[in-house]
Amino acid sequence: MAGKDSDQVRTMRSPLGRVRGLGAARSGVAHWWAQRLTALALVPLSLWFIGSIIALAGADQAAAAHWAGHTVNAVLLLCLVLATFYHMQLGLQVVIEDYIHTEPSRLAALLATKSVVMLLALAALISVLRLAL
Amino acid sequence: MATFTLPANSRIGKGKTFKAPPGARRIKEFRVYRWDPDDGQTPHIDTYEIDLDTCGPMVLDALIKIKNETDSTLTFRRSCREGICGSCAMNIDGTNTLACLKPIEEVKDAVAINPLPHMPVVKDLVPDLTQPYAQLRAIEPWLKSDTPPPPDAERRQSREERAALDGLWECILCFCCSTACPSYWWNGDRYLGPAVLLAAYRWIADSRDESTGERLDALEDPFKLYRCHTIMNCTETCPKGLNPAKAIAEIKKKLVERQV
Repeated sequence: MAGKDSDQVRTMRSPLGRVRGLGAARSGVAHWWAQRLTALALVPLSLWFIGSIIALAGADQAAAAHWAGHTVNAVLLLCLVLATFYHMQLGLQVVIEDYIHTEPSRLAALLATKSVVMLLALAALISVLRLAL
Repeated sequence: MATFTLPANSRIGKGKTFKAPPGARRIKEFRVYRWDPDDGQTPHIDTYEIDLDTCGPMVLDALIKIKNETDSTLTFRRSCREGICGSCAMNIDGTNTLACLKPIEEVKDAVAINPLPHMPVVKDLVPDLTQPYAQLRAIEPWLKSDTPPPPDAERRQSREERAALDGLWECILCFCCSTACPSYWWNGDRYLGPAVLLAAYRWIADSRDESTGERLDALEDPFKLYRCHTIMNCTETCPKGLNPAKAIAEIKKKLVERQV
């Protein structure tokens, strides 16, 4: 075909074969659905958290720790932490899949972000639990 | 990894200018992307001055006039010249559209004409659409039914079932939408793109089709389907006024629906 320089042809596989590739992964719904649900959950949780922080403005460390240690507040804080970091991981994964196209670096970036997000989430969860228990 | 400069072959130079004939009164400039695979040169933009008093109203009329009267080497696809065949899809004034449906008057200054973005160029304004055509073939855009049709009769649909196909069957496969989609630019080798996903939904939405589940199976993939981030360039640019973004959203809804 005109326009196809010989140095551009890297495979002699048919276009249909290339497009079908390895087939559908049969996944992606759970990821997409979880991203929507965590986004939805974060609306009330974030509003509650921002409101609480404003109400605590000017309070000392002991008052803030007492507030976070209250069972209802601690449960909501744990929900906020889980939803935030889960949502963050899902979003970062999409960005990486969009923009990193070389295979070893994509996998490395995915594993690195998942690890960092998990460590941050665990640190936040344990902090809340220490105040609550 | 990332490259921030264009390769030498993609850098666009300044080309020739073809002046309007003396005595022309309403002159409009057309700046057209030119690239010939055989002359060994990099792409360039040629400028054609057209007298609008002797030219039809649409951008395609101007291109045909240039080819007929000024420069017969100018290469582009066209056939029906009334928005049905999808051949003359190109980027005009920064937006993908059909040259035959785009009035010259709608462009304020010089008319910039480029091939559909991010496709290999065969020559001038002719893109290589091998990949989107193969992707269309891969979603099997035909009726798949195990039940044989009634003898000597058509497969019947209710009025509502037929109405569900409106806004889907009208697609002429010009690929203005797919080539306007950043996700298709970055991941076009795996992401099917809005035109093909709209075609896929056209068969998912068809009450006569009996392969809905298999069709959804074949689309359930982080790359084939979920590269769509509802950017909406597809809907914005569609010269037929269709809404591929909505069709993709409907596919995503169906995939959730069969789980909950």
